[in-house]
Amino acid sequence: MTARTVAPRGTGSPRTAFFQFTREHRSLSIILAWVVIGLALPAIVLLPPLSTFQNQVVWVDGFALSGVYILLALGLNIVVGFAGLLDLGYAAFFAIGSYTFAFAASPQAITHLNIPFWPMLVVGALVAALFGILLGAPTLRLRGDYLAIVTLGFGEIVPAIFLNADAYTKGTNGIGGIPQPQLPCVGSVCVHFTFLDPFPFYVTMLGILAVVMILIYRLQDSRLGRAWMAIREDELAAASSGINTITTKLLAFALGASTAGFAGVFSASKLGNVTPDQFQFAVSFTILAMVVLGGMGNIWGVVIGAFTLYTIQSVLLKELNQFFQGQHVPILQNIDFVQYQYLLYGLALVGMMLLRPEGLFPSNRRRRELHQEAAEDTELAPPTQEIGDS
Amino acid sequence: MASEMATTLRVRSRIPRSVPYTAAALVIALLLLGVPQFMNAMTLGAIYALIALGYTMVYGIIELINFAHGDVFMVGAFASLWVLTTPLGLLDRPMNDPLQLAVTLAAVVIPVMLFMGLVGVIIERFAYRPLRHAPRLAPLITAIGVSFILQNIIQVVFGPSPHPTPQIFPKVDVLSVPSFNIGDFAVAGGTVRGLNLTIIVAAVFLMAVLQLFVGRTRLGRAMRSTSQDREAAALMGVDINQTIAITFFIAAALAGAGGVIYGLYFGSVQFNLGFFTGLKAFTAAVLGGIGNTVGAAVGGFVIAFIEVFAAQLGYSRWSEVAVFSVLILVLVFRPSGLFGQALGERA
Repeated sequence: MTARTVAPRGTGSPRTAFFQFTREHRSLSIILAWVVIGLALPAIVLLPPLSTFQNQVVWVDGFALSGVYILLALGLNIVVGFAGLLDLGYAAFFAIGSYTFAFAASPQAITHLNIPFWPMLVVGALVAALFGILLGAPTLRLRGDYLAIVTLGFGEIVPAIFLNADAYTKGTNGIGGIPQPQLPCVGSVCVHFTFLDPFPFYVTMLGILAVVMILIYRLQDSRLGRAWMAIREDELAAASSGINTITTKLLAFALGASTAGFAGVFSASKLGNVTPDQFQFAVSFTILAMVVLGGMGNIWGVVIGAFTLYTIQSVLLKELNQFFQGQHVPILQNIDFVQYQYLLYGLALVGMMLLRPEGLFPSNRRRRELHQEAAEDTELAPPTQEIGDS
Repeated sequence: MASEMATTLRVRSRIPRSVPYTAAALVIALLLLGVPQFMNAMTLGAIYALIALGYTMVYGIIELINFAHGDVFMVGAFASLWVLTTPLGLLDRPMNDPLQLAVTLAAVVIPVMLFMGLVGVIIERFAYRPLRHAPRLAPLITAIGVSFILQNIIQVVFGPSPHPTPQIFPKVDVLSVPSFNIGDFAVAGGTVRGLNLTIIVAAVFLMAVLQLFVGRTRLGRAMRSTSQDREAAALMGVDINQTIAITFFIAAALAGAGGVIYGLYFGSVQFNLGFFTGLKAFTAAVLGGIGNTVGAAVGGFVIAFIEVFAAQLGYSRWSEVAVFSVLILVLVFRPSGLFGQALGERA
């Protein structure tokens, strides 16, 4: 919607041609982008400074796991970025997806169902969506900040139930022995998902990300997506224009939750176990920081935000530790950088909100909205752009 | 109209009518729990009430769920630990001289409350004030950020492990109640420690002072008028920024007092204790009707009783689930709380 109203300026330059292509063939560009990213990342980490940190397998393993966070951030972006509902218990849906797969597939779970990975990818998402509706249906008519607290409470209750109902969930130890995905061999070509080889997971994750992103882009431009943004900007006006705000918000909740369920199934299979402490409030907080940092409402911005924060937390801070332990720098060598992770996120959240609330890579609409005074000024100016457009 | 009513700070509430019910509820709770657990619940309730007041005051005046408030309380607990150990150099040695004990308590509580008040004002000035006219989501996200910043600072300064707080109270019982039976029902007797009694009296004293301050003083009137209609209050000559800053000062100071009490009572503090305690206190504020100071105090005690009851029945691991379920149920079915008026549903 927003992208299309911008007039093509100076057609002919490669830059414009590029953007025109991405506008006209968005799904194709997303697939191409993920192919390029998917090929580039394992190659880049073979180059010097990155190759000295850790070897390629460890990097790719990290990328596959960062995909889980990218998925989560994309899902939370539907709820927070599109519909403007602050969900502080988002990790609960992640937990529900993970435990659903654990119960369905792990031979160590009491259920002994042994259902394979691929159908569960969808079932996990559906179960999470169901819980999203169960939570949302009674609570979505609350004011925004009350909703935040209810979701926070939900986000605490879910891991607490998994922790305390230890007759079914094995409490703190969680459920182990979760199987990896399996693919039938095509001719002599076989793909094995194992803990030692992250590449199949990596490729699967890239595929999931491409599909989810295409769906989310289409959702954003659909009637539903426009309804979300209308509600975010002015709920009363949206309701007056005939939007059923409860259903619309509920769909945002359900779709956001299903993305988290998706991520949960993948992550459970990748890690091989689920424990309640994988789903603490800190996880919800981290995902929120990723969405805010990347720019609420901007899909690619959120992807970059999630990837950056995940890499900082899983690689950079550890590297800083090792680097300064080797050097004999007075104060720095005694600092454990990893424990500053949440301080960093906290400062990022506060700083972003104060200085650049639209995120590092904002969506145009969100930027206008968050800088209301500036937007009002431009409204007074003659609308040259629109004239040139029509 | 209703939504405007909802967010105002109210001093007079429908409590007086419910005094007999409250008394009856307390007696039933005492009979069910027995004396030691009853005192436990009352002490815990005092802590929750002190924190809940801060949530309710801040929400009443700027409609912000001050997410960092639980962590302000936690910082207060650590500030009290620091004052007790470093400048006062106290160890785990009970003080049997009442005068010495009183002076020591004052020497801890007053600086901690002032310091925490200052922390609250600083947080408001730098994290919330610039966003006063921003969309609602922005200050809420900032508050979450501040919460994590406070936690992390304490974690870095004091380390992640729990810290023992010096126990300066003598283990003296001021009251002893024998067990007795009502028909077939046995009521557990027990002793009442001076510590519990002091805490409850001090907390009730602070709440009464707050009540008088908000209800009877010029600044309190400024706070009430600001919460009713900020612009009209400004036109009447109320300094809005100052009033909001004072609200934050009082809220944080009360949380600081709660922190001191927590350290004295539980004897151990940890960097992450503010999260759950804060959430429970927030539940208390919602239960009492947010914006209602008396309601918040009552809510604090109700939440504590729910928690202690759950523990009594052998479900202590589920007490958090119980409290959050109460929160969700109250918000869904009676968002105005027990003593609040109807809340507008729109932001």
